[in-house]
Amino acid sequence: MTAMKKESMAFSIALTFCVMFAFWMLLSAWTVYLLEPYDLLKVSSRGILAALIVSFLTYEIFVPSRGENVLLKIRRLIPYIGWELWQIYLATIDVTKRVLGILPVDPRIIEFDTTLRSDFALVTFANSITLTPGTITIDIEPEKGRYIVHAIAKEPAESLTVDQTMQKKVGHVFMEE
Amino acid sequence: MCSYRAIYGPGTFNRIVAANVIGTKAIVLLIVVGYIIERPEFIDIALMYAVIAFIGTIIIAKYAERGELCLR
Amino acid sequence: MLAIDLVATMFLAAGAFFMIIGTAGLLRFPDFYTRLHATGKCDTLGQILIIVGCMTYEGLSFITIKLIFVSAFYLLVGPTGTHALMKAAYASGLPVWRKGDKRM
Repeated sequence: MTAMKKESMAFSIALTFCVMFAFWMLLSAWTVYLLEPYDLLKVSSRGILAALIVSFLTYEIFVPSRGENVLLKIRRLIPYIGWELWQIYLATIDVTKRVLGILPVDPRIIEFDTTLRSDFALVTFANSITLTPGTITIDIEPEKGRYIVHAIAKEPAESLTVDQTMQKKVGHVFMEE
Repeated sequence: MCSYRAIYGPGTFNRIVAANVIGTKAIVLLIVVGYIIERPEFIDIALMYAVIAFIGTIIIAKYAERGELCLR
Repeated sequence: MLAIDLVATMFLAAGAFFMIIGTAGLLRFPDFYTRLHATGKCDTLGQILIIVGCMTYEGLSFITIKLIFVSAFYLLVGPTGTHALMKAAYASGLPVWRKGDKRM
């Protein structure tokens, strides 16, 4: 057990166990809801055992005391995911055009800075860069917020450094950390 | 079509990409075949294979970057 | 009955088409980094379309939830794997192709 207070460790073990057990129930024993309670306990005993083992090994992920305004961030994240799915569709259309030879291929590497500092914001932004048309993240530095990005032509590179639409959106979701 | 790149591709990295693409197509093929034969257990196999293929790709990428897997 | 079959077949056909385009890009592009672009983006969308097509055949049932899990997992994991490969290649010094070089 690592350095963490006893109460928060117990709470995070309980939270992880609940999430893992709900996940197992959803995947395996869905139709047992309709039978009597004794049958339910007999069938889901394996799920309880598996969820207990997993939650004892990996309880440090769901610590609730880290990060403030978690609910507000989650509520702002959902429209961002919708925008992200639209960008995936545009990205695939873009790659299709380049494969078939309609648009040229002219790759280059660019670097730029952002104002995001927390772990989750950096990772979300790196994933979003990989999913937008024409750019893939190569490397990031967590101290200065510096991204090294490989772009496939000049127009996606311009939309990332000059317009900065995506930095504003991610900064809006995480309140510009 | 990817096996051409897997055999011919100059260097290690092209072959890793070909292996990743073959793995992705295998997941999709498992789900579609599981639907045609009308046995719903193939979806669990597809989920397990997706996890294992992802972890394999990450491990090979980490090894090719550093020359060793963990700091000793 | 016929309308749902038609919609699901369209999704499956679109997904298969995008996967073929992704692999054609793998053969046609001149450099390792551009090939990663092609497969990383096209494969993700092709897979999601095929799984959504399978989902509309079933309707809302037990199997649909498992299919949602598979597609959501691949949506999170696919770009991460692409980025890990690209970081490894860049750190070990693979040369980048500019316009007008020889095909490598």
